[in-house]
Amino acid sequence: MSKNEMLAMILAGGRGSRLKDLTNKVAKPAVSFGGKYRIVDFPLSNCANSGIDVVGVLTQYESVLLNSYVAGGKNWGLDTRDGGVYVLPPREKADANLNVYRGTADAITQNIDFIDQYDPDYILILSGDHIYKMNYDKMLSFHKQNKADATIAVIGVPMKEASRFGIMNTDGNGHITEFEEKPEHPKSNLASMGIYIFSWKVLRKLLIADRDDPNSSHDFGKDIIPRLLDDGKTLMAYEFKGYWKDVGTIDSLWEANMDLLDEKSALNLDDPFWKIYTEDAPELPQYIGPEAHVDEAYITQGAHIEGDLKHSVVFTHVDVEKGAKVVDSVLMPGAVVDEGAVVTRALVANNVHIGKGAVVGSADSENILLVAKNVKGVE
Amino acid sequence: MINAFGIVTASNGRYHVQGMEDYRPIGAFSFLGRYRVVDFPVSNLSNSNIDRIQVYVSQNPRSLAEHLSYGQHYNINAKRGKLQLLFNQDSRVNAIYNTDVAAFMDNIEVIERMQQPYVVITPGNMVFKQDFQQLLQQHVDSGADVTLLYHKTDKADDWYRNCAVLDLNRQKGVKSIHLNDGSIPNRNIFMDTYVMKKEMLIKLIRDAKKHSSIFNLTDILNLEHDSLDIRGAQHKGAYMAAIYDLRSYFRANMELLHYDTAQQLFSSDWPIYTQTTDAIPVHYYEGARVVNSMVANGSSVYGTVENSVIGRGVEIKKGAVVKNCLILGHSVIGENVHLENQIVDKWAKIINVKELTAEPDYPGYIRRNDVL
Repeated sequence: MSKNEMLAMILAGGRGSRLKDLTNKVAKPAVSFGGKYRIVDFPLSNCANSGIDVVGVLTQYESVLLNSYVAGGKNWGLDTRDGGVYVLPPREKADANLNVYRGTADAITQNIDFIDQYDPDYILILSGDHIYKMNYDKMLSFHKQNKADATIAVIGVPMKEASRFGIMNTDGNGHITEFEEKPEHPKSNLASMGIYIFSWKVLRKLLIADRDDPNSSHDFGKDIIPRLLDDGKTLMAYEFKGYWKDVGTIDSLWEANMDLLDEKSALNLDDPFWKIYTEDAPELPQYIGPEAHVDEAYITQGAHIEGDLKHSVVFTHVDVEKGAKVVDSVLMPGAVVDEGAVVTRALVANNVHIGKGAVVGSADSENILLVAKNVKGVE
Repeated sequence: MINAFGIVTASNGRYHVQGMEDYRPIGAFSFLGRYRVVDFPVSNLSNSNIDRIQVYVSQNPRSLAEHLSYGQHYNINAKRGKLQLLFNQDSRVNAIYNTDVAAFMDNIEVIERMQQPYVVITPGNMVFKQDFQQLLQQHVDSGADVTLLYHKTDKADDWYRNCAVLDLNRQKGVKSIHLNDGSIPNRNIFMDTYVMKKEMLIKLIRDAKKHSSIFNLTDILNLEHDSLDIRGAQHKGAYMAAIYDLRSYFRANMELLHYDTAQQLFSSDWPIYTQTTDAIPVHYYEGARVVNSMVANGSSVYGTVENSVIGRGVEIKKGAVVKNCLILGHSVIGENVHLENQIVDKWAKIINVKELTAEPDYPGYIRRNDVL
């Protein structure tokens, strides 16, 4: 195996239970986004565009679909001679029993052998639940320039929301002095994006020590980062400017989809030099019927629209029948909205059928309605 | 399963699509927004478990070579299968030498080396859905030497000009093959699709070459039809488009705006594969108006689109009206531009000319890269 400067590891094991019924059968990173993508396309495309060619994907919860989706890496052009995307679920080893990943750090610890094969200088840790475009190579240059042991990507968030995030307190030069998980009284507005670059030698040593520590929860935020700070290592905050969104809840997933419709939004996927790659659906182009009204919409191939669509995001295989009205909604792959049905401020899950004349969601609801089961028609 | 290899032929001298063909062979023409014409024969072969495929090209091979690549996107096994691009050298000397037989003769060694006992030959300028396994089975069961696929139509007086016609006897034996002169509406249009043993193909190529340097396969079949058992097999689908001039290219696309017709050509058990460009979904902005149209990904629409096929990455600006048009990839239709019955080739920009209209039967054509 040839030497590789920086490997990426995507933590994709979580269930994402705040996405409720959307993640009953699929892991969060495999959840659909933006008409044709899945959430995990973002870190994978960022890797491909940043020149990273070996990516490990750490899976655990409901991973069948995720495994078959990412395996090989063909969709992101990562199936090169020396590159690849490798799915890494927990496994039985000669010297240890089959064990689930006990935490984000433990997932890496259990794959030290995988990483060592490539003899990397650096390791990039990513999560599979954010929508953003980022050049990790620039972050690596920053890490090297600062001779850091670890670099954490941070983004400025509104101060009043800072207590929802993991907050990095820094000195004037970007050195991290303190890490606070969801602080009640935040001292800074720099939130951790869950993106870390470690010098592999440093991290490797730490992980081995952490493995047998009975008091550790084996988590990067809770255990590894504080340990590095205690040890006096150099931790740098790399400030990212641009669109970044945690899509861990139904509301935030819906919002991120709606951001695609907004011309002024910083989320622009139409960049020929930073494309987001995904699996291609072998479907005919979208068809907009003779009586359809389509106004402000993001629609992908294979969709079939005969009704009215306003300010909505539509995935492949979606059918909106004559006289149906869809407003401020997200229709995931295979969703069907029958004649006369009205869908407002809703996120309709994969293959859900909304019957004739049914009314779901409402314009003045506080939260977005997740429709994960078929809705009977009103005759 | 019957073991066969596939040949996708280059369009021969009978067909010429004005303008469009200056830039690429018909097989590389954009089709229905996101496809190229060659995707249909290659997907038909691949879906029929035929994964050794030769695609012939006689001129301007760049776009076809780029699009076909190694064939991975056609679901062809990278080890067992193979998609080859083969060239016809002679056609450069004089168009008269641009025959299928000449192309086969140039590559006769490649054909002789094929391990498969049967061959399916299908054209790169026609769009239809056909299960070739079923056709091979019919061929083998009938004991015929050569089976020719045809489409029964009652529109031969208006459409399928320059296509060949099969005259059949009651037992579906082929009496003769001749050009459609448009004199009568009811015809069996030959779909330029042949099934036979590999050895038969090699014999026919050599026989044809002996007779004349400008013979096509159909010529030698006509000549030898007394000694051969040549039968017709009827194509079952309702949609069969031959692209032989600008008008037929336009119509082949427009017919598929009838969603029922489109569903006959596209079904989930018979996917039509193509190369992805990783374009974003179509973005319709506030004020956009779109009816009865197919729009390919990567396009942005601010204006009005009616009864049109819009290719990948097209921009329809504010106030623009696009009616009954075929807009190929990456074109820009500027603000307040009104287009009717136009074919706009790739990368063209229509900004200064505010109105371009034509009759549906004689669509206008805007050349690639032109700025109007």
